[in-house]
Amino acid sequence: MAYSEKVVEHYENPRNVGSFDKGDESVGTGMVGAPACGDVMKLQIKVNPATGVIEDARFKTYGCGSAIASSSLVTEWVKGKTLDEAAALKNSQIAEELALPPVKIHCSILAEDAIKAAVDDYKKKHAH
Amino acid sequence: MESTPHFPIYMDYGATTPCDPRVVDVMIPWLREHFGNPASRSHAWGWEAEAAVENAREQVAELIGADPREIVWTSGATESNNLALKGAAHFYQSKGRHLITVKTEHKAVLDTMRELERQGFEVSYLDVQEDGLLSFDVLKAAIRPDTILVSVMFVNNEIGVIQDIAAIGALCREKGILLHVDAAQATGKVEIDLKTLPVDLMSLASHKTYGPKGIGALYVRRKPRVRLEAQMHGGGHERGMRSGTLPTHQCVGMGEAFRLARLEMAQDNAKARALHDRLINGLKDVEQAFLNGHATQRVAQNINMSFNFVEGESLIMGIKGLAVSSGSACTSASLEPSYVLRALGRSDELAHSSLRMTIGRWTTEAEIDYAIETIRQNVAKLRDLSPLWEMYQDGVDLSTIQWTAH
Repeated sequence: MAYSEKVVEHYENPRNVGSFDKGDESVGTGMVGAPACGDVMKLQIKVNPATGVIEDARFKTYGCGSAIASSSLVTEWVKGKTLDEAAALKNSQIAEELALPPVKIHCSILAEDAIKAAVDDYKKKHAH
Repeated sequence: MESTPHFPIYMDYGATTPCDPRVVDVMIPWLREHFGNPASRSHAWGWEAEAAVENAREQVAELIGADPREIVWTSGATESNNLALKGAAHFYQSKGRHLITVKTEHKAVLDTMRELERQGFEVSYLDVQEDGLLSFDVLKAAIRPDTILVSVMFVNNEIGVIQDIAAIGALCREKGILLHVDAAQATGKVEIDLKTLPVDLMSLASHKTYGPKGIGALYVRRKPRVRLEAQMHGGGHERGMRSGTLPTHQCVGMGEAFRLARLEMAQDNAKARALHDRLINGLKDVEQAFLNGHATQRVAQNINMSFNFVEGESLIMGIKGLAVSSGSACTSASLEPSYVLRALGRSDELAHSSLRMTIGRWTTEAEIDYAIETIRQNVAKLRDLSPLWEMYQDGVDLSTIQWTAH
């Protein structure tokens, strides 16, 4: 199976790889997927508490090239967005941007789940 | 080999081997001027084609210590497996309707068994040990009074382990049960002598042993005689067991490939052994890397390794200079990893993290060195990207995590 150019580009040059300190109050962490399914994504956002805007993002992904590309792409997309804007990102947008074939749609769904989980985690930390 | 592109480096000999140029050369005349139908008994065009097919049949028989009359041409090992299993099950069903096979068999055996189950046969699918080998005791315990056939592959296509066919065959003989062996991955790699090896039916493939695709054979023992019900009906070719005009050029190609395999097996194996060891040595100090399948009871041509915390398909994408395959099923619609590795008791993540490298007649030391280098680099790169590796480094036990399965 051939990969789209954009998938290859993200795979070769993944953006925003790494980790933030999970315990940091300004960080929200989402980890989704399961090793048994062949995909695990960890997505972290760093939020400006004053504005509620995501200022930075990091990811680490265990999975196929499309999973790596999907998570790399969303770390770029969420930067500068508010929490609600980020949580509104749809997997179809990711799939379209990366030209994912039908068997790889689950990678984009996982990336959407990862953002939502990261946003939820941040919101939980600040719920009090 | 000048006719083969050298990049990406071919390390997928288990999928198919290049056709040896010497094989191609002997095939061509039978596609050009010598086009006769080997079944044409009334003229010289047919006679010469028949002689070529019979010569090839002898060459195939000779590699496995069989009589040429025990060789039935088929379109390949899948058809041979179908003919052997369905043909024997249908013929002997009045004796019993229970069959035994192993969970790590090729799909051509497993799917055929499933079809026989739909037809009312009962099939036992045996577990293998962690090293991929079938335990003799497990087989013994599975045999019932109504068992008519056991099917065990000689060399596993994914992990390269060699089953103890001599012992399995002796047990089947003692119990009066037929033994079918899928030897698609064994010819040219393992010595096979059916004069002494107690096997009743053996599936053979051409294209895994440097012959052309689209041709194979089924060995059907004459003494004691094994009977099959034909699955392909027509002109009564191949003593009624498999009708259809024989493709002379294909038969000749497989014959030549098997003749070369007989002459060159020792040299091919010695070379493959050295390359196998070189590859293993180059990768053995990679942390959390595991060889799948028994370490020594395996063909040298197969190296199947799991690189923990790295997903196989992404690794293959990284090592793009190598043509290899993976036990990760991420390329297929299902999310199930290799059923063979799962049958060894490997965890899902290790199954997803596997790489099958299969080498052969034209693999070089330089190619092995390149493979070592690119695998090491990419495993390291992907581990930097892997949340599982990070957790492992932090001492987290991954089995204690509640994953959100999808």
